[in-house]
Amino acid sequence: MDRITLAHGDGGELAHQLIQQVFVSYFHNDAYAKFDSALFHIENGQLAMTTDSFVVKPIFFPGGNIGKLSVAGTVNDLAVSGAIPKMMTCSFIIEEGFPIKDLKQIVHSMAEEAKKANVQIIAGDTKVVERGSADGIYINTTGLGIVPQPLTASIQEGDSVIISGSVGDHGIAVLAARGELGLMTHLESDCATLYPMISAAMKASKNIRIMRDPTRGGLATSLVEICEDFQVTIELEEEAIPLKREVQGACELLGFDPLYLANEGKVVLIVAKEDEQNVLDAIRSFPEGKEAAVIGTVRSTEKGQLLLRTPLGTTRRLYRLSGLLLPRIC
Amino acid sequence: MQELMDQYTSSKISRALLDEVIKLAKQFQKKFQRIPAFMEVCGSHTMALARTGVKKALQNHIRLISGPGCPVCVTDQATIDAMISLTDEENRIICTFGDMMRVPGSYGTLMQAKANGNDVRVVYSPNDAVRIAEQNQQKEVIFLGIGFETTIPILAAALKEAEEKQIHNFSIWMSTKLVEPILRHLLNNKEVALDGFLLPGHVSMVMGRKHFEFLAAEYHLPGVISGFEAVELLSSLRRLLMLALEQNALVINDYQSVVAEDGNEHAKYWMNRYFALCDEPWRGIGTIAQSGMDIREEYRHFNAKEKFSVPMRSPRKTKCRCGEVIRGLIDPPECVLFAKACTPLNPIGPCMVSSEGSCAAYYQYMREE
Repeated sequence: MDRITLAHGDGGELAHQLIQQVFVSYFHNDAYAKFDSALFHIENGQLAMTTDSFVVKPIFFPGGNIGKLSVAGTVNDLAVSGAIPKMMTCSFIIEEGFPIKDLKQIVHSMAEEAKKANVQIIAGDTKVVERGSADGIYINTTGLGIVPQPLTASIQEGDSVIISGSVGDHGIAVLAARGELGLMTHLESDCATLYPMISAAMKASKNIRIMRDPTRGGLATSLVEICEDFQVTIELEEEAIPLKREVQGACELLGFDPLYLANEGKVVLIVAKEDEQNVLDAIRSFPEGKEAAVIGTVRSTEKGQLLLRTPLGTTRRLYRLSGLLLPRIC
Repeated sequence: MQELMDQYTSSKISRALLDEVIKLAKQFQKKFQRIPAFMEVCGSHTMALARTGVKKALQNHIRLISGPGCPVCVTDQATIDAMISLTDEENRIICTFGDMMRVPGSYGTLMQAKANGNDVRVVYSPNDAVRIAEQNQQKEVIFLGIGFETTIPILAAALKEAEEKQIHNFSIWMSTKLVEPILRHLLNNKEVALDGFLLPGHVSMVMGRKHFEFLAAEYHLPGVISGFEAVELLSSLRRLLMLALEQNALVINDYQSVVAEDGNEHAKYWMNRYFALCDEPWRGIGTIAQSGMDIREEYRHFNAKEKFSVPMRSPRKTKCRCGEVIRGLIDPPECVLFAKACTPLNPIGPCMVSSEGSCAAYYQYMREE
């Protein structure tokens, strides 16, 4: 048995074998798998919940795969909301004929990422569709976390904007891995579970106003949303935004703007100016945060605009990503 | 660390160059009692000038007019409609550069055609379309050949591959354009008064510096071939101002790392091997004699226009003023549709869609509200 067949999704003996040999053997969650739903206790207090579906193509790319992405993405959504990720569910839609070896590798990556964030994967589902009805494998994950101290989002004039590293790596790495660009690059996706780093940042400062993980739409779209939602004006320094040479080069060739390219292992934080250095130090102590930088300032608490100061000293306004055609990247 | 140094030095130089350019522009204004007007011919320059902030920093000092350099934008509506209609037949795969997907046809877009189930695929190189033809021999694969001298050699490369592999189900629907004839047309018509040209770096890489000498020799205008970074654009504008100030009609290569005197002989050879000059219709302008290239008669089996026909319908009229935008007659905000009825999500004209379009550059980088 080396490929997924329709019988793996029929709920019978083969489905049972798949669950035992692949999912239980990596997730070690059989204690939860005895009822139709997972039963568990959780601390009292505010909860955070998020869900996300992953359809990335290619399924394996430099720096990660769809499994790693599906856990990291959901853990990061919880973490940037100020939550401690606790439980996850995962749901697979698999195309008939998908290699079981690949499925094992994907599930292995999921288990590894879950371990980094100390999250338990406690329920799941598998459906198999006929060949041609899906493109390999799609994964949905749902995450649940507890929020000990909710972020206040009380953004103030003079606050600093920090990014944990270079922008656009995931977008370009995945596009390049699709082999359609004719680009040769060793660039890896930044796909990473950020909970440990974010947790350290929150320990370093009680004045983190808000955090986002700038995935689809990129850094610019995430910050435009913050500016509009909280009616603050932020000015970014173009020169201060970390950007890898490979990403810059690819963007020039392809006409992309790196500020709008997806990241899968970055967090952008707004923090009180006086805590800027503490938060930077905390983030930089992690390998995925060593290029962290202050990239801008909250200029005012009105208007709701995101501005970019160019190296020439002119400013221009940044808007949401609009009308750019990008393939499946997450 | 070296990278940081480069970046730091380059922006320091940029700021110094900007001061210098403004100083020269003021001298020009004093001498000629008007603001100098330069046209950037290349769509990528239009984008780069807006993105880097150069255009904004100079808005009171130099009139930078976007020229007819965005390939999608200069393609006339009937051609775009024909290309979209091509997708309607069974057993066809239409391959295109991504820019074309959202370009509004009179009766829908390629994106809508794809959503309706027509087989439309975005490729990054025409050679990818040849490979798709190889893998789908029971289907006809048609590439939408839109572009300037920068694209024509890569179309030639695709035909070369198809010829060598003896692929019979691949063809190109050509609508390529050449820079020299359109510049001559604009200058002969005298619709827009110019003091010089910022010349396209990539077209010059193929065609060479000498190709643009006609501007100086016949029209007595200076031109400077420029790169695409802020520092390169400012350096070229500085040199252009120095020439314009002295009314010194010279064509200078300020992108020497990439552009040679005679261009890329190899690319030119393959262009001319597969393609010959033809008359081409331009959006908002009409047909200009010998202003494009089409597939040579001996390679007509690769010519989609010879192999297939599409129903001709008259293009739907809109208030879109792309035709005037690409001739440099108006700035995008002067169009009543701009940023109101016409946005990148709901474009009325191609200039709002293309990543090289003037309206898209304005919308993305120059809009204040």
